[in-house]
Amino acid sequence: MAANGSNGSAAPAYTIIDHSFDVVIVGAGGAGLRATVGCSQAGLRTACISKVFPTRSHTVAAQGGISASLGNMGPDDWRWHMYDTVKGSDWLGDQDAIEYLVRNAPAAVYELEHWGVPFSRTEEGKIYQRPFGGMTTDYGKGTAQRTCAAADRTGHAMLHTLYGQAVKNQTEFFIEYFALDLIMDEDGRCRGVIALDQATGEIHRFRASMVILATGGYGRAYFSATSAHTCTGDGNAMVLRAGLPLQDMEFVQFHPTGIYGAGCLITEGSRGEGGYLTNSEGERFMERYAPSAKDLASRDVVSRSMTLEIREGRGVGREKDHIFLHLDHLDPKILHERLPGISESARIFAGVDVTREPIPVLPTVHYNMGGIPTNYHGEVLTLKNGNPDTVVPGLMALGEAACVSVHGANRLGSNSLIDLVVFGRAAGLRCAEIVEKGARQPELPKGSADKALARLDRFRHADGGTPTAKLRDEMQRTMQNNCAVFRTGEVLEEGRGLIGKVFKNVADIGITDRSLIWNTDLLETLEFDNLIGQAVVTMESAANRTESRGAHAREDYADRNDKDWMKHTLSWLDETSGKVSIDYRPVHAYTMSNEIQYIEPKARVY
Amino acid sequence: MAQFTLPKNSQISEGKTWPAPQGAKNLQVFRIYRWNPDDGQNPRIDTYHVDRDDCGPMVLDALLWIKNKVDATLVFRRSCREGICGSCAMNIEGQNALACTIGIDECRKPDNALPLLTRKDKDGAVRIYPLPHMPVIKDLVPDLTNFYAQHASIEPWLQTETLAPEKEWRQTPEDRTKLDGLYECILCACCTTSCPSYWWNGDKFLGPAALLQAYRWLIDSRDENTGERLDGLHDPFRLYRCHTIMNCANTCPKNLNPAKAIAEIKKMMVERAV
Repeated sequence: MAANGSNGSAAPAYTIIDHSFDVVIVGAGGAGLRATVGCSQAGLRTACISKVFPTRSHTVAAQGGISASLGNMGPDDWRWHMYDTVKGSDWLGDQDAIEYLVRNAPAAVYELEHWGVPFSRTEEGKIYQRPFGGMTTDYGKGTAQRTCAAADRTGHAMLHTLYGQAVKNQTEFFIEYFALDLIMDEDGRCRGVIALDQATGEIHRFRASMVILATGGYGRAYFSATSAHTCTGDGNAMVLRAGLPLQDMEFVQFHPTGIYGAGCLITEGSRGEGGYLTNSEGERFMERYAPSAKDLASRDVVSRSMTLEIREGRGVGREKDHIFLHLDHLDPKILHERLPGISESARIFAGVDVTREPIPVLPTVHYNMGGIPTNYHGEVLTLKNGNPDTVVPGLMALGEAACVSVHGANRLGSNSLIDLVVFGRAAGLRCAEIVEKGARQPELPKGSADKALARLDRFRHADGGTPTAKLRDEMQRTMQNNCAVFRTGEVLEEGRGLIGKVFKNVADIGITDRSLIWNTDLLETLEFDNLIGQAVVTMESAANRTESRGAHAREDYADRNDKDWMKHTLSWLDETSGKVSIDYRPVHAYTMSNEIQYIEPKARVY
Repeated sequence: MAQFTLPKNSQISEGKTWPAPQGAKNLQVFRIYRWNPDDGQNPRIDTYHVDRDDCGPMVLDALLWIKNKVDATLVFRRSCREGICGSCAMNIEGQNALACTIGIDECRKPDNALPLLTRKDKDGAVRIYPLPHMPVIKDLVPDLTNFYAQHASIEPWLQTETLAPEKEWRQTPEDRTKLDGLYECILCACCTTSCPSYWWNGDKFLGPAALLQAYRWLIDSRDENTGERLDGLHDPFRLYRCHTIMNCANTCPKNLNPAKAIAEIKKMMVERAV
């Protein structure tokens, strides 16, 4: 133990407990746990820090399934999965990374099955696979059944199984520890992470050869999201504060079927099992927008179609402001067997009996394609001295926090769960390769905790006039109104002003609870501070990209513009002024192997 | 009848009554357990008035409303708000439940309240306490360390001897169905902390949640370690302190039946003995 803040340091006195590990993983969702297991199995001294108990991470809420071309329900091929993913990404995905994902997907699913995931089964006893949006056979010709499912609780089944594996491998967990900031040295290497133990209020300083951020998305920057309250993108924000860029933050996925009002998720698997959407005229309008894929078009396409229907006065309900999802024509036995979870959610949150009535739904913020730029080993990248693929030593990112980029401008449903385990595994393999076991780590830079503690202390004693909840509400409403399914230059300009104002008002924040033990007033404030930075770069990146691609739909620039915009946005945030600087990385226009050619861009029609 | 008295430092006193929102027409009173490890005071019950016209329908909505608009120091766990992460388990109107899936109106129905907790107050308040018989860290946040350790002790992972196949282990739909009603457990601890036998012997009795999980692996057709798993439970306390009180099945927010799973384990024990 060491008392920080002695010998004239600027930071206030907090008790600091020091640890040293080979690898420290921040986050215990699907990606964090898979990486944790991999690093433990490689014999590396591994710690996993999480602000919630692992099985409470938001992977638990994933419903429909995990994609892999197992071919259990009919012919399938990883090349078809690759084509679908590239097309889904609207050609913003890096094709080397996409090839890595789809080729490693089947093995990753079999591994989960061997670990005990209770997948639903076919008559032959194989893993059951269902149709999902944008998943096709033979390069768009037929409908694929590629999404492996454990009823409609696949994420829950996976996360609990992965937690079991971590327990089996005797992982050292630091549970209900809130990560505050990265420790970076002057050479730009990540050297560790600082965290607050919620139960004791003590500060823990983790020294590590490798820090892996698996901290999830930042859906809570918006007012209505399927995301959990804890989805605040803490890792993304730590990266911004470390002076590193985030990538493609303008691409925010709206899931077509969040429950109207509550925002809770109704899986796309409900449409995979035969459900369909109707407007106020009872019309299956998706047939007009996507004649071939219909209700199983890509999420961005379905969400835009729904928004247009509502805008043109064909929404349902008293305010004509939502859409109906019908499952009432399906066999109750199928609903009970394959969609029990959403049947329960619809009853609790919409008061609907799905065997008799449609579910009121609305496009709801669901997933962040953007995040921390990485290569397909999970290593964090930045643009430095003209090299867009410069590796940041000592730092990796995984899962929704990362932007590999396999999802590009729009993620296909069931491609996120596979992303977690394929790249979680890849990170473990990479660590086994490049991290020296039990290496003695050099001394940390002087005052390595000062910045993190100064920030903690500033918010803990913040006595301004605006409560966190009020500022958070302003941020969420601004993002919801000004950075939504459809965007225009004018609305985004207004959004820039409004969100900039919220950012400035952080200086006037005031909190009530000054304690250190389980001070959720303070934690929510730190989370809000994490969110507002990401909200600012999201708005700025969206205003900057003058084309429409995937989830980023500009009404004033309705077409995709490959000539000027087939590139990744990089955005840096100046944390004092809130100014964003933007630069670019080229999209990887090459594959990983010679076994598949680069898939040339073409018009994206479903 | 025996009289029970709480230790001095656990006796609960009347706390603060927070001002009602001005102009609200549709008020609901909440009485909430508060305890702060920092102030050296006994636990207290604070009273809040929630404007129902400005608040969502669930108990969690009310807690968030209070935290955002009245008292930012109120502490509770929450995450998914849709009944799948298991964070917001607490004792609401005498019943363990997830705050996110129980409606404010629903929890006040008389059949949801335990008869022991007869109502003294006349204002129809919703009373909220932490999960019973667990150490409290702060307000509505219990310490679940022992609960998690007991779950880990049943070795919650697939154990096989046979060399793993190249693809998946085959499992018939019928064998897969045997996992229904078991794998859905979210480890919220509602069942375990509602069990009087667990209150008494929580250090040695594994409790309904861990035992439900134990049965989930025992009955999995792919698992090949049934014998050792049963050996691990064969003990006067770990399994056999279940006296079929059934609070677990009554309280489970996912409508699972841990008592039945425990009975099945006991049957397996008998079957292998004869």
